Amino acid sequence: MSLILLTPLDLALAALLVLALALLSLRFRLGLGLQLLVAALRTTVQLLLVGLVLKALFANVHLGWVALMGIVMLLAAGREVMRRQQRRFRGAWGYGLGTLSMFISAFSVTLLVLLTVLGAEPWYEPQYAIPLLGMMLGNTMNGVALALDRLTHQVWEKREQLETRLALGQTAVEAVGEIRRDAMRVGMIPIINAMAAAGLISLPGMMTGQILAGSPPLEAVKYQILIMFMIAAGTGFATMMAVTVGARHLFDRRERLRLERITDGRF
Amino acid sequence: MLALRPCGTCSAAAEPREWHACAPPLAEVTVLSTFVAQQLAILHVGPVDLRLDAGRCVVLRGPSGSGKSLLLRAMADLLPHRGRLLLDDRPCESFRAHEWRRRVGYLPAHGQWWFDRVGEHFADPDTVDVGALALAADIMDWDMARCSTGERQRLAILRLLANRPRVLLLDEPTASLDRDNTRRVEALIADYRAAEGAPVVWVSHDREQAKRIADQILVLEHGKLAAA
Repeated sequence: MSLILLTPLDLALAALLVLALALLSLRFRLGLGLQLLVAALRTTVQLLLVGLVLKALFANVHLGWVALMGIVMLLAAGREVMRRQQRRFRGAWGYGLGTLSMFISAFSVTLLVLLTVLGAEPWYEPQYAIPLLGMMLGNTMNGVALALDRLTHQVWEKREQLETRLALGQTAVEAVGEIRRDAMRVGMIPIINAMAAAGLISLPGMMTGQILAGSPPLEAVKYQILIMFMIAAGTGFATMMAVTVGARHLFDRRERLRLERITDGRF
Repeated sequence: MLALRPCGTCSAAAEPREWHACAPPLAEVTVLSTFVAQQLAILHVGPVDLRLDAGRCVVLRGPSGSGKSLLLRAMADLLPHRGRLLLDDRPCESFRAHEWRRRVGYLPAHGQWWFDRVGEHFADPDTVDVGALALAADIMDWDMARCSTGERQRLAILRLLANRPRVLLLDEPTASLDRDNTRRVEALIADYRAAEGAPVVWVSHDREQAKRIADQILVLEHGKLAAA
């Protein structure tokens, strides 16, 4: 089985579909026509650029370049986590909390897999390191963003309940415990659902890609299982860390609820 | 340095004992607590000085927005504040925050309920004397949704007293109660003051009530406390 190479003409044909959709949404006055075209253009340009970057990276295998790429991906993911929260932590916490949790969790899980499971030569071989890290960050980002958004939103909504609990002598940990558990669950449910549905309802994108690219299906499946486990662990750890540290930061040393540490709900 | 002197009212008067404020003799006093706020200030409120000897009841009033609730929440160390808080000469910071709040019990004006059943909000529902506030004997088994505003307010008082706090900070505890239940709450708090020697700060807009319960009436206006 050989890989069928796509020509620019092939892509242009697919682009016509998007154009048709844009025209239709114009007809329905959805106000999405321009947005759709800009997004399609961004996809094309961004992916082409990253393709060029990866090409250069694969040609010059060096730990420094791989690390730089990883950091850029992390910072972009951190920005996205912050952007997705309605009420975010003020100051450096807003960006730092999610980014740091993702860094610790996604990087260490990726590193562990690269060093122990894959054992490529060298271990930071970008062909493995970059896609793995990308998958990890993309999913961890979802979990952390959902969980932190739930945490700050719930604390805001239940501020009076929290104050009553504190007034009755509960510790901050007791008072916020239920909200904290809820936020952690929200962050972890998507990956649990994805694992449960994988193969039956959805064919995961990465596996599909590998199969399209000509890999034997069982090899692609094994990689997908590896990725799923990594994502589950990475998302879980990052979510727990972000929610635990975030929940603690909502209270001060005297276990007082400090709502002024989160912003007031405008995007 | 506090002066040491024999106490005139207590039985053991022979030995010079640590100085203490002797309130009028109280029946079966188990604990006596003195609550002091020195130069307490928060946002636009204060600085305020307040000393509450055991069993005293101070009624606090003032126009809405004058900061009565802020003051009470600061006393419970629920808000960052300036100044010092002392319970029996022991500063607030020397307690862990939640231990301070167990002792200095604050009753919010709008207490919240988060479990489905009434009884789940109490550590030991069977020991709570619901009859004292004319609540149904089986109210601990009720759904919260079944409770009226007035029932919730009375339950909130019982929930606070179940912690056996040594100081009571009550934010309009009878605001949504009818006359009979208001009297029942007043009697319950009076009993508690007598039995535990607990000082009470009671926010109330009702002047008649203030006359009934207060040893002292203070008015909070423009951030300052003044005698009424």
